Amino acid sequence: MSTTTLALIPLLPLLAAALTCGLQNGRRAAGVAIVAMLGSCGLALSALKEAWGMEPTGDPLTFDFEWLTVGNDTVINFGFVLDPLTGLMAAMVTFVGLLIFIYSAGYMKDDERMARFFCYLSLFAAGMLGLVLANSLLLLFMCWEIVGIASYLLISFWFHKPEAAAAGKKAFIVTRIGDMGFLIGILLAFKTTGTLTLYNEAGSGILQQDLTGTVFGISVAAVISLLLFMGAVGKSGQLPLHVWLPDAMEGPTPVSALIHAATMVAAGVFLVARTFPLFEVPLYEEGILKMTHVVAWVGAITALIAAFIALGQYDIKRILAYSTVSQLGLMMVGLGVGGVAVGMFHLLTHAFFKALLFLGAGSIIHGCHEEQDIRKMGGIWKPMRVTSIAYLCGTAALVALPFVTSGYYSKDQILAAAWGEPLMRPVFWIAAAASLLTAVYMTRQCLYVFAGEYRGGKTPHESPVTMTAPLVILALFALGMGMVFETSIFAKLQGEVIHDNFVIAVSMAVALGGIALGWLIYRGRALGQAADPLAITPLVQKLWFDELYAATAGRLWALAIVIAEQLNELLLFVRDLAVLLADRIGNAFAIGGDRKLIDTLAFDGMCNWLRSAGHAVTRPQNGFLPGYLRLIALGAVALGVLVFWIK
Amino acid sequence: MTLHHYLILAAVLFCVGLMGAFTRRNAIVVLFSVEIMLNAANLNFIAFWRYSDNPELLHGPMFTLFAIAVAAAEVAVGLALVIAVYRHFKTVDLESMNTLREE
Repeated sequence: MSTTTLALIPLLPLLAAALTCGLQNGRRAAGVAIVAMLGSCGLALSALKEAWGMEPTGDPLTFDFEWLTVGNDTVINFGFVLDPLTGLMAAMVTFVGLLIFIYSAGYMKDDERMARFFCYLSLFAAGMLGLVLANSLLLLFMCWEIVGIASYLLISFWFHKPEAAAAGKKAFIVTRIGDMGFLIGILLAFKTTGTLTLYNEAGSGILQQDLTGTVFGISVAAVISLLLFMGAVGKSGQLPLHVWLPDAMEGPTPVSALIHAATMVAAGVFLVARTFPLFEVPLYEEGILKMTHVVAWVGAITALIAAFIALGQYDIKRILAYSTVSQLGLMMVGLGVGGVAVGMFHLLTHAFFKALLFLGAGSIIHGCHEEQDIRKMGGIWKPMRVTSIAYLCGTAALVALPFVTSGYYSKDQILAAAWGEPLMRPVFWIAAAASLLTAVYMTRQCLYVFAGEYRGGKTPHESPVTMTAPLVILALFALGMGMVFETSIFAKLQGEVIHDNFVIAVSMAVALGGIALGWLIYRGRALGQAADPLAITPLVQKLWFDELYAATAGRLWALAIVIAEQLNELLLFVRDLAVLLADRIGNAFAIGGDRKLIDTLAFDGMCNWLRSAGHAVTRPQNGFLPGYLRLIALGAVALGVLVFWIK
Repeated sequence: MTLHHYLILAAVLFCVGLMGAFTRRNAIVVLFSVEIMLNAANLNFIAFWRYSDNPELLHGPMFTLFAIAVAAAEVAVGLALVIAVYRHFKTVDLESMNTLREE
């Protein structure tokens, strides 16, 4: 594996994006994008194979090249890094991406801007893979922004819907708040270490050296990791910046699956995993508090609150969106308490089962004639058998049904790691409560969608095979992945599988208990007609986060606008004043200086003087000849006197 | 008789000529007056020569003869001019010859 082959992984989709941006034919564009993704997937799998052969504790393979030189000695390198973490992530992104590309070819086939859609998807894939493989924080950040812009473009893909356009803007702006922290973190890291590469062969990469020094009394590594975590909070929809993610569901469903469930939102988690050594540095010297604890707490609170809000939603995609936020919170918990392996393992399993759930939801929406409200669904089980089974597999994985699903294995490890650390016991209980709620809201959703009679208008139908085939493949992964890959992934990511009987019992109890609870609450209810006992106002209103931001940040913004306008007025006034002053000064010079002094006094005056002097001189020329003679005599006398004088 | 007497006579002659030239309106009389001034100068030449240290060199008479010859030519030209002027203006009155001036 060389730089070129590794670089081709993100470059192939980029090439596809460049090619498809000029295409009109949607099917051809889909073909180009899928072929590029296939190539990329193949390369990523071979990279994974190579990474798998590496020693887990050894230095990762790096492929650096010089990007620019600042001054004489500051060299900024770009490059790619290959270790089990990037290998796994790249393989997951390309594989899930490939399935979603295929699915999109079916989902978007009636859209007249299908070619453009595949262009954006390819651009996203390129950015995401660049982000995963980047060995330089700067390259990582650039790709991070590329996926941000691709996310914006895809959320507002149906820009003629005002909600979609607004959601796109919201996503872009809210993540920007976190990105600012990320950027400052990069600058601080550069200032501290003088390099932006994560690993290099000389052993002086950011993650390879011990960062010394403090900022405001806190160790510099912790400050950098806090700033990087801000970026992760924005991208991964953690509290308090989670508000964009549910709104992002306005985009086409494959986008929700690919970007806002499986890959991009996991970029924040990946970033924390990538720069994990920084997070392990204590905040204070000889203190026990680390950034990982902050990460775990933020994740736990996010997981719980998002799971609560999901209880009160009626939009099928919105429920899944809040579920994603909640699961991302759990990943953060996993990273915080258990390290890279625990968090990343849940990221990988989640990518598969959440992509499956979203694609299943897309299939259901498609089958129900673009209906997203679960109150108007019901009885989908009969007409859409394949979709339903796949969806139930995904649900099982999400609620972590014991032993048979991948979600169980990854979530169990998170809980076990949290339980293993005495300081993190509250986080364990919060995570367990979030898992319980997950089971409740998923049971509620499945009952609404699959049970009973169809409550919509036209009869639902099963989706085409391009849409169901990826579902089946993803369902297999959602079920089997945990069992098959758990030990190897943990070994390669330097984690350790913990089995604790108490934790297993809790884990099983919350999953089964949640399902039972949901079943008890919704059994025998007239779903969709009667009031929903869990959809109480605070949950339906999403705990008023948007309203809170509108009342605080929004108000502040409005105030800033007023101030800016007043400032503008003031500046305009000052400008007018300056113009007036310049006008007056100019006039003074023009009239006083130019016209009066130069024209009238100097030029005309001189001329007049010359003319009158000439007149004076012509006086003796009066034609009186004796007068001339007298003047000659006078001149002669004067000459004589002069000569006499000089003597 | 000393040099001064001659020089005073010459000066008186010159002043007479000059006054004549200044005051008279007849062009011919003015011409006469100019000749008188010329002869006053000639008288000076002769007087200075006569009282000089080396009278043998004949500088004075030579200059005087030259001046008389030139004066003769000058009078010829001057009288011709006066005739030409008379033909043009029908008068020799200098005050009526006032066209050489700014209008």
